[in-house]
Amino acid sequence: MSRTILIFAEQRAATLKRSVFELIGLAQDLAAGGRVEVALLGQGTGALAEELARYGVQVHHCEDASLAQPHSDAYVAQLHALASELSPGAVLFTASAMGRDLAPRLAARLDAAFLAECLSLAGAGDGFEARKSMYGGKVFATLKTKGNASLVATIKPGAHAAASPAAGGAVRAVAVQPPAKVRAKVVAVHREETDTVDLQEADIVVSGGRGLKGPEHFHLVEELAKALGGAVGASRAIVDAGWVPHHYQVGQTGVTVSPKLYVAIGISGAIQHLAGMRSSGCIVAINKDAEAPIFKSADLGLVGDAFEILPLLTEGVRKAREGA
Amino acid sequence: MKIAVLIKQVPSSEARIRVAGGASVELADVELIVNPYDEYAMEAALQIKEKVGGEIAVFCMGGEKAEEALRTCLALGADRAVILRDPAFAGSDVSGIARILTAALRPFSPDLVLCGKLSIDSENSAVGIMVAELLDMAHASVVTQLELEGESKVRVKREIEGGLEELEIELPAVLTANKGLNEPRYASLKGIMMAKKKPMEVLDSSALSLAADAAGSGASKVEITAMEPPAERSAGRVLQGEPAEMVGQLLQYLKDEAKVL
Ligand SMILES: Cc1cc2nc3c(=O)[nH]c(=O)nc-3n(C[C@H](O)[C@H](O)[C@H](O)COP(=O)(O)OP(=O)(O)OC[C@H]3O[C@@H](n4cnc5c(N)ncnc54)[C@H](O)[C@@H]3O)c2cc1C
Ligand SMILES: Nc1ncnc2c1ncn2[C@@H]1O[C@H](COP(=O)(O)O)[C@@H](O)[C@H]1O
Repeated sequence: MSRTILIFAEQRAATLKRSVFELIGLAQDLAAGGRVEVALLGQGTGALAEELARYGVQVHHCEDASLAQPHSDAYVAQLHALASELSPGAVLFTASAMGRDLAPRLAARLDAAFLAECLSLAGAGDGFEARKSMYGGKVFATLKTKGNASLVATIKPGAHAAASPAAGGAVRAVAVQPPAKVRAKVVAVHREETDTVDLQEADIVVSGGRGLKGPEHFHLVEELAKALGGAVGASRAIVDAGWVPHHYQVGQTGVTVSPKLYVAIGISGAIQHLAGMRSSGCIVAINKDAEAPIFKSADLGLVGDAFEILPLLTEGVRKAREGA
Repeated sequence: MKIAVLIKQVPSSEARIRVAGGASVELADVELIVNPYDEYAMEAALQIKEKVGGEIAVFCMGGEKAEEALRTCLALGADRAVILRDPAFAGSDVSGIARILTAALRPFSPDLVLCGKLSIDSENSAVGIMVAELLDMAHASVVTQLELEGESKVRVKREIEGGLEELEIELPAVLTANKGLNEPRYASLKGIMMAKKKPMEVLDSSALSLAADAAGSGASKVEITAMEPPAERSAGRVLQGEPAEMVGQLLQYLKDEAKVL
């Protein structure tokens, strides 16, 4: 069944989130020949609108000072206006800090069906079917929308392959009505000084745990991540100990990741940690205790001392990358 | 300040969850706890009340054991507790849960609604934000820092990828609490004694004046059609021996199988 799918093109500081292109790919599948519409909200985002149009989609470019920051009131009002105009069968967001903040509010305003944290999403008859994790990854549930209810959904990064450029795209400049009231205002963004990759979107994640003995050794993990071009994660034990900030935490009470490669170093493999990384493509564990539970979930385990292994490994990765 | 806290009772994260066939899980013998993020919401409410005074009411849509969770909140210092329970609520989707909670919150007319960023069983990160929309209030999600600014504003920091976003929010508002917001306290013996005398109401659909089509499976636009345990990962290889040798094999693995080199 063909239908119209609207996606939210998340951007910060005039950079599109990588997963936007995955949403386009997913929307093309779901539209099944129907229209893929893209909502781009912000200020100073003209180049992004052009970039998106090169993927063969209709870009609704909402450019206004009132949209310079992702104020929920302003963003939801604009998305609601677009959805009312386009009557999409589904509105898709990335399951990111911004997407999770906006999507439920839009779903309630549209009185739409809502599916959160989808690991996959497909058409099913007149409706949609998704898979998601529940109970900290101990259960995977299949959910269906009923009848022909319109849908708002948040999609996990990595759920779909990114779209390829295609002809036929266009940009429409939307006349933005600044919202009557903005009750929740973003007044500042405090960024970590870091050149590392976003944990949730990374293809490779290297995480460290208490086996590293102290924060002064965490650079060994960071260096391996850098050599591999991956993001850095952590167990809760070392977040609680204050070695690294909370947003590094992988697991049930942290971030869920499903990269192509997950490397766990000095992490025992508690069930709450596994909940956040179990669906990774390949799992590599380095732990000096041969009995550590992490080895039960690892595709390849190394029993040994991280302090001996990491320098050799990082060096080996660097050499292999240079050679390539 | 009138503060409402939304408390969900969930299986402990250590609990074994068994899929019971079809689209349900077996929870009969599972230990239930207050959703960990809701504990941060509760603590935030207590700290605000300590600072500016007011009243804290806790709300939980839940089953037979919800009393335990709410008794704990009363022992911590909540003033009253409201349980929302009705066989007709069964099968509510996340929007339905938000509508039920909204119906209970409306007569309380809170200045601030605090809840968790996520429930560790359903993992939706949605109920609080939907409640904000239904009550026509502002919201901020995933809050890790919270400061009152006078009587009608709060300043918060919320976690975003690689940093924090700082917001100024007009009250009334809904805030969803993240880990790091505070250190939840334990109930004192005196608090536990006092909790016994505090009011705990159980409200059903008619007490909430909920329309028949507002909640329950009939009103749901989403249904769970299957549940299954995660696919077992097939047992991998575990290497022991000289570090240099193991690293050599790992590099080969990264090249041939993980295909990242
Ligand atoms: C409600 C709840 C939620 C939780 N949420 C999370 C979560 O989101 N994420 C999370 O990670 N945890 C979470 N936890 C905590 C979890 O239960 C574990 O306590 C935690 O994951 C342990 O971290 P760790 O593996 O770094 O430390 P440990 O369990 O102490 O393991 C350290 C490991 O390092 C190994 N080691 C020691 N020295 C070396 C060396 N020189 N070289 C190599 N290896 C070495 C040891 O053999 C050991 O296996 C949660 C717990 C609860 C109760
Ligand atoms: N049945 C419920 N009763 C009370 N509060 C709830 C209920 N379900 C969800 N909540 C609140 O909403 C938050 C987010 O839940 P969820 O959207 O399910 O991830 C939780 O942390 C609770 O504070």
